[in-house]
Amino acid sequence: MWTFLVRRLLQSAIVIIGVTMISFISLQIGGDPTYLFVSENASAEEIQRAREALGFDAPLHIQYLRYIWDALHGDFGNSLSYRQPAMGVVLDAMPATIELTVFSLVLAIALSIPLGVYSALKRGTPIDGGIMTFAMLGQSIPNFWMGIMMIMYFGLYLGWFPISGHVPVLEPLLEGDFSTAIGNIPQSIYYMTMPAIAVGSYTLARNARLVRSSMLEVLQQDFVRTARSKGIRDWQVITHHALRNAWLPVVTMIGLEFGFLLGGVVVVETVFSYPGIGRLVFNAINQRDIPVVQASVILLAMIFIVLNLVVDLIYSRLDPRVKL
Amino acid sequence: MANVEPQSQPASQKSAAAPVSYRRREMQRALRSMVASRWALVGMIILTAAAFIAIFGPLLSPMDPNRQNIMMRLLPPMAEGPRGATFWLGSDHLGRDVLSRLLYGARVSLLVGMAAIVVGGSIGTLLGLISGYFGGWIDDVIMRLGDIQLAFPFILLAIMFLVVLGPGLVNIILVLGIGQWITYARIVRAQTLSLREKEYVEAARAMGDGLFSILFRTILPNIVAPLTVIASFNVASVILSEAALSFLGLGVPPTVPTWGSMLSESRDHLLSNKWWLAVFPGLAIVLTVLAFNIIGDWLRDFLDPRLKERS
Repeated sequence: MWTFLVRRLLQSAIVIIGVTMISFISLQIGGDPTYLFVSENASAEEIQRAREALGFDAPLHIQYLRYIWDALHGDFGNSLSYRQPAMGVVLDAMPATIELTVFSLVLAIALSIPLGVYSALKRGTPIDGGIMTFAMLGQSIPNFWMGIMMIMYFGLYLGWFPISGHVPVLEPLLEGDFSTAIGNIPQSIYYMTMPAIAVGSYTLARNARLVRSSMLEVLQQDFVRTARSKGIRDWQVITHHALRNAWLPVVTMIGLEFGFLLGGVVVVETVFSYPGIGRLVFNAINQRDIPVVQASVILLAMIFIVLNLVVDLIYSRLDPRVKL
Repeated sequence: MANVEPQSQPASQKSAAAPVSYRRREMQRALRSMVASRWALVGMIILTAAAFIAIFGPLLSPMDPNRQNIMMRLLPPMAEGPRGATFWLGSDHLGRDVLSRLLYGARVSLLVGMAAIVVGGSIGTLLGLISGYFGGWIDDVIMRLGDIQLAFPFILLAIMFLVVLGPGLVNIILVLGIGQWITYARIVRAQTLSLREKEYVEAARAMGDGLFSILFRTILPNIVAPLTVIASFNVASVILSEAALSFLGLGVPPTVPTWGSMLSESRDHLLSNKWWLAVFPGLAIVLTVLAFNIIGDWLRDFLDPRLKERS
């Protein structure tokens, strides 16, 4: 167990160094990065001054070490449009994004497991066909288009859901204001419903298919047949024997899924003008605010790495057959 | 696709023995299976249509996709256009014909999808072959590089590079392609690991075949089946990514119409209920991606019948 933990932590550390390296390279790849930070009609002296101020005149390896040193202190430079430390701007937008990602993940998993199981049990019937057709569609619809369609139909035409906005839960929670946080939950969910469906539909579809195929596999195994032949009730066989094994592949996917959802959130947030990292990145792209883009990407990558580590550990607890 | 059988016998030898009739038989088997599974047929028809539109789009489109007409802005579908022409799918905020832009947009989507797969597939296959055949530290380095890349949610990686590189067709193909290599490298590596111990690879080595010949003539043909399946699903996800990046303003330059950028522009007109601006480009994306996913499913079942049991 401990050797696994140490090895896995070391691996994560290497990956994190790799992530910083990639983001460093991404800055350099387009030529002299100074031009990304000065206005288009800057004079030669201004550019030179900016180059020195930003440290881009130093040799590359020095620049990289400086970059790492600053990054370790959470310093990704100042945002060009907000005139504040970029990391601070990104962290402010973080709670809203985490709320949306977690909610859509919960939604996707809560729906995909029963759908997948039901589909597997009804294998070959029109119900199975229907669910799988929907799953296929869910994997083919771009999340941002689904967002736009929902805004048009459920938001503007039927008026059921708000088409933009956000009610914070995590933020008051972090400030220690529990009553506000809990009081905000219903409103928060109401505002997040449409974006969360848009973000989570792909994951929902993919997991429903995954649960179905892994359920079909488990249902054919000897221990399920044994349980049935012992006269145990159908639903008990399903929940106690089959499902417990069938959802393992889903757990492994959750870590990766979370990263995928974070990517989707970036795009969908722009559609719903949702005040999270996604919209921040979108605005930063348009204003070419490189520090903010970099800080966001690195922060999201870090979250992703840590989550995958946690999922690996949980997985090893869930399935004793996994050798550590 | 034609000369691959379940892996018991090396495909290269088989097709060498009876090249023409074997291929024809396999093609016929593929066609029959496609017609039998109806969905696959639908997918194939959509793809053929999309390819046709991508190639002949300029001939089919009724108007110049970039021609602006301030007098005819935001007209609904079927509205009368300039000189007796019709805006079959309406016109956008600059008075451009939505249908024409849609037809031109097929080019970018398919071109980017295919080209990115070629880029990513070649890099990934090459590195996977090397990784699996040699093992040792080379394998370690290549696979750890892949792990690092997978540690980024892909779209974020693409955003980071495109913001610095600037939008452009070549840039987007490179970024999307390089983003995919690890998918191919992993599967090729796994297959190569098991194939390199096989007798016929041993035999090729004993006969003094060079490294190039062993990797590309003896091993590669036997990995084509899983690669084809992955590539099909991969095209679908690359097209989705391209649309998302175009939507964010990181795609090809604005003079080239793309489905993603059309959707991006449609957002400004949601409140005034200009639905045709958002509905048609989205449908085009969904149909194309759906077709690739269906074909991927079918290919997987067709090329590896053992999997059919499960799905």
